[in-house]
Amino acid sequence: MIEVFIISAAVILISIALAFIRLIIGPTIPDRIVGLDTINTLVIVGMILFGAAFKESIYIDVAIVYALLSFVTTMLVAKYLEGGRM
Amino acid sequence: MVVTIIIYTMLAIGIFFNLLGSIGLLRFPDVYTRLHAGTKCTTFGSMFLTGAVIVYGLKEWYLHPVAGSSIMPLHVFIALIAILVTNPTGAHAIARAAHKSGVLPVNAVVDDLKEDTTKEKTKKAKEAKK
Repeated sequence: MIEVFIISAAVILISIALAFIRLIIGPTIPDRIVGLDTINTLVIVGMILFGAAFKESIYIDVAIVYALLSFVTTMLVAKYLEGGRM
Repeated sequence: MVVTIIIYTMLAIGIFFNLLGSIGLLRFPDVYTRLHAGTKCTTFGSMFLTGAVIVYGLKEWYLHPVAGSSIMPLHVFIALIAILVTNPTGAHAIARAAHKSGVLPVNAVVDDLKEDTTKEKTKKAKEAKK
């Protein structure tokens, strides 16, 4: 049962690499933000899968905090791009 | 045995959709279509992957009911709720910010938000003339 979670996390890491290409080559700034948002979601899922594989529930707590902080980051960057005041 | 098959199926569906989301992020021509792939597919796949971990944690809790073994499914459920609330909201904010910062859809036929903003601008200009 542990191996299948490790394999799933490896495929999630490949997805993160694919999204990272978009983060590098994105022609406009919103493209890069979309890539960063996708990477954030995939990192959360990867943390949960590693926590299930190693039976460490502290990884999942880190994933919760990461989800909320990445949401704050996304909203802040979107507000900055929109041209409003912070 | 049935629980193991359920976990494997949910992991397969989640991985498939997450990988499709990343490939769509590379292949689509536009910010808005990329946002469509990169947010919706990853949200759906994350639902299934976290669901698989929840089923696994409940099975472990049922087999070995020691103190503290019920923490994992509960916390994964909280993480799932956090993903489900924050991900579509962030996508909406990114799309609105991209449209306001001047990146328009490439092959769009109808652009309602642009019409709305131009209407507001003309209304404000008329009021300023009065």
